[in-house]
Amino acid sequence: MSLDPAYLDYPKRRAGMDHDLYTASNLFTRPPVAWPDGKSVAVAILVNLEWFPILPSDTPFRAPGHMQTPYPDYRHYTAREYGTRVGSYRLLDAFAKAGVKATVAANAAIAERYPSIIADLLAGGHEIIAHSTDMNGTIATDLPEDEERALILKARDTFTQAIGTAPRGWQSIARSQSWNTPRLLVEAGFDYMCDWVNDDLPYVATTSAGTIVSLSFNHELSDRQLIAVQQQSMDSVAQQVEDAFDWLKDEAIRFGGRILPLTLTPYITGLPYRMDAFEALLDGLAARPEAWFATAGEIVDSWQGQAR
Amino acid sequence: MRDGKTDPGLYDFRPYRDRAKIEWPEGKTVAVWVSPNLEFYEIDPPANPQRKSWPKPHPDVVGYGHRDYANRVGHWRLAEVMERHGFKGSVSLSVALCQHHPDVVANANDLGWEFFSHGIYNTRYSYGMDEAQERAIIEDSIRTVREATGQTIRGWLAPALTHTPRTLDLIAEYGMTYTCDLYHDDQPGPVHVASGRLISMPYSIEVNDHYGFFVYNMSPREYAETLIRQYERLAAEGAESGTVMCIPLHSYLIGQPHRIGPFEEVLRHIAADGRAWITRSGDIADHFLAHGYDDAVADAARYAKADA
Repeated sequence: MSLDPAYLDYPKRRAGMDHDLYTASNLFTRPPVAWPDGKSVAVAILVNLEWFPILPSDTPFRAPGHMQTPYPDYRHYTAREYGTRVGSYRLLDAFAKAGVKATVAANAAIAERYPSIIADLLAGGHEIIAHSTDMNGTIATDLPEDEERALILKARDTFTQAIGTAPRGWQSIARSQSWNTPRLLVEAGFDYMCDWVNDDLPYVATTSAGTIVSLSFNHELSDRQLIAVQQQSMDSVAQQVEDAFDWLKDEAIRFGGRILPLTLTPYITGLPYRMDAFEALLDGLAARPEAWFATAGEIVDSWQGQAR
Repeated sequence: MRDGKTDPGLYDFRPYRDRAKIEWPEGKTVAVWVSPNLEFYEIDPPANPQRKSWPKPHPDVVGYGHRDYANRVGHWRLAEVMERHGFKGSVSLSVALCQHHPDVVANANDLGWEFFSHGIYNTRYSYGMDEAQERAIIEDSIRTVREATGQTIRGWLAPALTHTPRTLDLIAEYGMTYTCDLYHDDQPGPVHVASGRLISMPYSIEVNDHYGFFVYNMSPREYAETLIRQYERLAAEGAESGTVMCIPLHSYLIGQPHRIGPFEEVLRHIAADGRAWITRSGDIADHFLAHGYDDAVADAARYAKADA
């Protein structure tokens, strides 16, 4: 038995990355970043606000959190709707109480179905970024390019109509991109994408159509990963986020501003028994003198405005 | 190994009692080595017939980006913490990292870390290789590490833990003295090979950070407590005969801001304890080959069956 000889060819074995989307870079040798008002840790809370059709699509893949039982899956359809009707309002109230501005990555279906939620998000000062059409709008390389483009444009245009201005940011469902996604996002006029998880600061990604900022939202620091997948408690999540904050604020003294990302899902965090611990976490972070609660757009703008 | 036999014949049976005493330098009871896996995962690797590289169609943005975090952020954070507490790494190296990220490799080399091979890429598997192909990746590993660091590799951890029946014979033939692929003991021991002398180096895979976080779903603090308990037990047992504790790490996991703080407390604990020989894998191998190997062979002979 032997392998195809090509298995031992390494055509991309070279200095730097094995692709051209972005260049290699050591976080600790970059010029230090300074956030506004002398703050050193940008706390970036991102909420995934999603609508799951009761008829799930497996093309190109079924979204995490989607229907699980045979049709009609009332259990998961309604439990996800709980997050939208109830959980997200618990989160919004908690944000208001703690003075937190968040980024909400919303399916376009939320704007179509529940325009009052969009109004409430905007009234709270939160930023809305596009999160595809609905939870059947998944992207992967086997999705034809014209279908992916149509999905991106529909999400963009729906929010443009609902908000009055085009959304500047994008997050794919499950952060899953095709080879084409960054270019299609550039072509659609997006300024930043929140899919990659390889950095603690923004960086520039380059496509044949131009550049786009990649703003990492660590997928591990999320209620989906820590609570739904890894079965940890909100108390543990809070401890981990506080430990992360402690580390980053110390690191920032020597190396410049840092970002602490936290991704939330209304139907996970927004349950009654988790909210007290979550609010205590928010209050604790809000009391930190180093904390700057910032939206994705505010972080990208501040970062882009600094000499590098 | 005995290819095709139900017992692969890798080593002799030696129960964990009445063994010849292993004595580590200066009366230490447990040899502690930290093994950062410095890896490169390709974004679009060719398919191996027996194992898929990524669970999703390429590009698997989250999977790839997660690993890339190591070279942009995690390594630098982990290396500084290790240096602060006097721990030199013993690197399980995807040798193509010498091409892609020579700054990471040079940093580790400058810190006095040892390198052994973890294959060319962690997305190229040994399954299905013929002997010439396997020799090619071994020779590539030896040559690449020597050119990049001046070091001659003495050990092997199969790429993504993919083995062939001839791997151990081959690495021994090329002069390597230890394998990190056998998990049958907390002490080093002789391995049967066709030529040369090869020992099994305890790699403590059950406390690998990947196991801690994704097999056992531990929080960072639970993982840190696990390492301390592992250490305390092995340090105590080592008074009878010296033990080995490896801390196998991936900086894209342990180097994240919510994990590195609790992990630093582990290194602080071990460094302050006094019973640990804080060292590198090659030093453990040298010591055992010189002072313990023959005794271990004699121990095993007491249990040899007539028909073995």
